[in-house]
Amino acid sequence: MKFQVNGSEVFASTGGRPFDKNKPLIIFVHGSGLTHMTWVLQTRYFAFHGYSVLALDLPGHGLSSGESLKSIEEMADWVSDVIDSVGFKEASLVGHSQGCLVTIECAARNPNKIKSLSLMGGAGAIPMNPELLSLAENNDPKAVDLMMDWAHGPAGHFGGHPVPGLYHINTGGMLAKSRTIKNTLGVDFRACDNYKNGFEAAKKIKIPTLSILATGDKMCPVKEGKKLADLIDGSVVEIIDNCGHMMLLEEADRVLKVLKQFILKNYPSK
Amino acid sequence: MTDKKNKATDPKTYKFDTLSLHAGYQPHKNAGSRQVPIYQTTSYLFDDVDHAAALFNLERGGHIYSRISNPTVAVLEERVASLEGGTAALATSSGMSAIFLTVMTLCEAGDHLVVSSQLYGGTVNLFRLTLPKFGIKCTFVKPRDTEGFKKAIQKNTKGIFGELVGNPGNELMNMPEISKIAHDAGIPLIVDATYQTPYLCRPFEHGADIVVHSLTKWMAGHGSSMAGILVEGGNFDWMQNDKFPTMTTPYEGYHGLSFAEEFGPTAFTMKARAEGMRDFGPCLSPQNAWNVLQGIETLSVRMKKHCSNAEEMVKYLLGHESVAWVSHPSVPDHPDHELAKKLLPNGRGSMIAFGIKGGKDAGVAFINNVKLASHLANVGDTRTLVIHPASGTHSQMDEATLKFAGLSHDMIRLSVGIEDIDDIKNDFEVGFRAAKKPRLVSNQ
Repeated sequence: MKFQVNGSEVFASTGGRPFDKNKPLIIFVHGSGLTHMTWVLQTRYFAFHGYSVLALDLPGHGLSSGESLKSIEEMADWVSDVIDSVGFKEASLVGHSQGCLVTIECAARNPNKIKSLSLMGGAGAIPMNPELLSLAENNDPKAVDLMMDWAHGPAGHFGGHPVPGLYHINTGGMLAKSRTIKNTLGVDFRACDNYKNGFEAAKKIKIPTLSILATGDKMCPVKEGKKLADLIDGSVVEIIDNCGHMMLLEEADRVLKVLKQFILKNYPSK
Repeated sequence: MTDKKNKATDPKTYKFDTLSLHAGYQPHKNAGSRQVPIYQTTSYLFDDVDHAAALFNLERGGHIYSRISNPTVAVLEERVASLEGGTAALATSSGMSAIFLTVMTLCEAGDHLVVSSQLYGGTVNLFRLTLPKFGIKCTFVKPRDTEGFKKAIQKNTKGIFGELVGNPGNELMNMPEISKIAHDAGIPLIVDATYQTPYLCRPFEHGADIVVHSLTKWMAGHGSSMAGILVEGGNFDWMQNDKFPTMTTPYEGYHGLSFAEEFGPTAFTMKARAEGMRDFGPCLSPQNAWNVLQGIETLSVRMKKHCSNAEEMVKYLLGHESVAWVSHPSVPDHPDHELAKKLLPNGRGSMIAFGIKGGKDAGVAFINNVKLASHLANVGDTRTLVIHPASGTHSQMDEATLKFAGLSHDMIRLSVGIEDIDDIKNDFEVGFRAAKKPRLVSNQ
């Protein structure tokens, strides 16, 4: 659905069901340069099982208008504004990669508004490889190819998409190339590289938090994810083996199973 | 020279030959079986009713019923998508059903397509005679008439379709220019690249949006199994205009799903499967999918040999006294010679059309007397194949349609195999000798 946030049109997938203000809200925040479509194998479940779902396209990404936000802090405030704009007082947040930085910061800034936090392939900081950052900022499609290479685990490189007929690396690559690379991936990578408040933000989080990490994740390795999780009181860590950074697609069923258990327990729908 | 400084950041994603052997398959999820298992089953157990509902609602991936999807077939689909540089693919029971499903996913009654006139005879009949029964009309344009494609576009045109190298006359479509015409009109370009396989040409790199193949041909190579596939490039923006409401607005057949919003770069394939395969049902059998996979494992090795043999045969035919003309994009005076260099850098393919002196009678005698070359209605086999189109594949066409399709009565279509080149030439000598004296040589 499309709606307005701070005067700009925003697109969010509602998971194939009409948006319902009477159901608890879950917001999904995508990773660098990507779109709402990365969440298709998680959002539809929750939308069909008692939740209102918004899988956002960040400003300037996917089907949303405007320009990309330049810092993680701006993105965190924008997610908070999304909650207000759709008439809710609270939400559960789910983030992937850069989306983890955004949701951590948002949860730290809005302790009464965010009720649970689910992080996939997250870390307290995501410093960028300088060459990858330079390629993205210079609009070089090689940046996308590199990201797809590093983001998929050994098994994901062969394929084996859970949806019959889809090929991981090319689908992800096409998502990342759907808008001008320097305006999406380039801006996002710079925002990740600049963000230094992740560990401090984590210390302020007092809500139920889940970290899903993957053994083959080169971009946010398990030890970095655990370092972050250790700073959040009572946080739960689940590790998916034989999988890379794109766990939400590479091992969609296993990720959904863990996410379901966590959200149904900590943020139940009526 | 390669800059060594950049090598560490060169993507290490698998390349063509590796993908031909491995893409789409993970042994650790299949009992460690090194070879792709054949899932010879109609249907798949649900864990519980919630799981069943999740699969039907497209909440999660998986298999329900082998008409819609099958694990062995899915490996083939991913493998071809990876080789083409596409996002997704849907395998079908034949190349014709891949074309049919593509059209039915794209069009509704009242819609129109612009179609290259030089196509396989069965495809011509589909567009000329069968699709009008569904209310879908077509305008045919000669493949080299690039401007003609533009002029033929109407308000209700939903796509341009053509074979990259037309069957059987070897005329090339100027894919980069025609794709621009299509995209300026907000419609996709659909290319049948059966003759090329992704080893010779990856049409998405030249502007195509959807690629179809008869996998029966070079992709499989062994001539044992019928199969087809449609592959999606993932770059076409279905939401740029209001021409494709069934892609961009809530679809009643799937709980109000908008394919373009939900699946973006794989929307077309998802719709083709969820609607087209569900409702029409031309599914590929797992056994045939497995057979085709065996062929794809050696695709690049075979295509190199096909192309080198074809170039040898072109030289041989050009110098033969019994041959009136030779059409192959490698021939310097072929009208598309330069375009072929650009679009087919790895080889110009193994389809040759040539005219035999003596016309129809000589052609019939030639066909009836070659022994190694097989006379049959197929192309792209590892074995050398010949046919006389005017009396075979295109025999259902009247004289005017034959002429429009670029066919003549002296034309022989040759699909060069990978046998020893000397044996193919020796066999042709027998055919040519018979063609000189058609009435004196037995056809036994």
